[in-house]
Amino acid sequence: MTDIAVIDYGMGNLRSVSKAIEHVAPQLRVTVTSDPEVVSGAGRVVFPGQGAMPDCMREMDARGLRKAVVAAAREKPFLGICIGLQMLFDNSEEGDVAGLGLLPGKVRRFPHEAMVDARGEKLKVPHMGWNEVHQTMPHPLWEGIASGSRFYFVHSYFVEPANPQLIAGYSLYPFSFTCAVASGSIFAVQFHPEKSQAAGLRLLANFAAWQPAAAGMRVPADAMR
Amino acid sequence: MGLAKRIIPCLDVTAGRVVKGVNFVGLRDAGDPVEIARRYDEQGADELTFLDITASSDGRDLILHTIEGVAAQVFIPLTVGGGVRTVEDVRRLLNAGADKVSINTAAVQNPQLVADASARYGSQCIVVAIDAKRVDRKTDAKRVDFPADAERAAHGAAPRWEVFTHGGRRATGIDALEWGRRMEALGAGEILLTSMDRDGTRNGFDLELTRAFSGMLDIPVIASGGVGNLDHMVDGITKGRADAVLAASIFHYGEYTVRQAKEYMARCGIEVRI
Repeated sequence: MTDIAVIDYGMGNLRSVSKAIEHVAPQLRVTVTSDPEVVSGAGRVVFPGQGAMPDCMREMDARGLRKAVVAAAREKPFLGICIGLQMLFDNSEEGDVAGLGLLPGKVRRFPHEAMVDARGEKLKVPHMGWNEVHQTMPHPLWEGIASGSRFYFVHSYFVEPANPQLIAGYSLYPFSFTCAVASGSIFAVQFHPEKSQAAGLRLLANFAAWQPAAAGMRVPADAMR
Repeated sequence: MGLAKRIIPCLDVTAGRVVKGVNFVGLRDAGDPVEIARRYDEQGADELTFLDITASSDGRDLILHTIEGVAAQVFIPLTVGGGVRTVEDVRRLLNAGADKVSINTAAVQNPQLVADASARYGSQCIVVAIDAKRVDRKTDAKRVDFPADAERAAHGAAPRWEVFTHGGRRATGIDALEWGRRMEALGAGEILLTSMDRDGTRNGFDLELTRAFSGMLDIPVIASGGVGNLDHMVDGITKGRADAVLAASIFHYGEYTVRQAKEYMARCGIEVRI
């Protein structure tokens, strides 16, 4: 059985994600998969994504993965990364596409008119590089990571949760935007932990060991022993 | 504090080895890409760029093994360039563990490649490398500052740069700024901008070129070509307004560590990841 399934729906490079998890949790079996049954049988699920969200939604559905993704997000430790975070929400400005609707809120583009720093210099989109991540709640996935640690980002859209209680972290570019959310067994981040050196590896190690037991969520099988 | 400016060491590789002199203290086997990548990672490099300088097509696959080896141990973004001709080349490099692929000559020969690769894998992983050379007036490689407007007027024209390919040997007649705009429109996620006038001179970036690109484009611009000291890196950010600076020799020859460069830039008021 697969310990951690990395969902592959044909969008982008998942090797980095699986390699980084294997590096921090060599005892676990990590499988990159587009098979809904493997996702359903896995102990934990990583939901990455690169490129444009409309393409990601389409490719996910083309592989019949939607049900398995939704079920995994409700039932077991679930880590969304980049577009994998954005797809959890209701809808996105990118192509005006509907998301999975697992979390309330929308995905917006960095607005052109706001992209100026304190010195009046133009800020580039995509937001690319290392930015500080400020933690807004204690969470097992933040364990051992100082608030304000830098993670690697590359994105042009960001999530705007309708419920502020979902927000687990934010960054500034130039305004404050949500870069991490937490809800039950879901933790999802806009940045790339697999490319964020020590802080990112720690977050992945925390995920590999995480035993969520949120109210209303089914306790994952491996936590009941 | 927000987004940090990036420092990117560049490694030339061929036949599975890093070439150009590399002189890390205490590192005997200086040519091993994994060892060198790890060292830069430990020093705080924000990304690494590998340039495959293999001339023939025979040895091309070796770069894949190199990237696989580095990607299994170094968890920062890796860019690979050199000899990328097709979407299939892009795919193979990404599968080997590259996070971004840099396209140079092939973009000029076939601009559609940039559009296709970006549509397939996302613009975040497509870097277009532009080798630009001044064509407006006699090249003055020693110049590190901007010419005054009056002086420029005396020369009769605004500065102009032309795109060169094949490692700077072949002129294309294409205006570099127009080319940059076109590449952005076709889906480039980032521009790696090298001044052919400055590359190898250690006289600093062509700041006017860098600033012209950065001011014109919405996507990030990496300044390259000419770094000889830490002030040059600072100038690339503050005067050239680059989003990232790429350098090879000042790190390879052990003059400065990446950390020293970052500490110096931080003292100059530049936001860096330390």
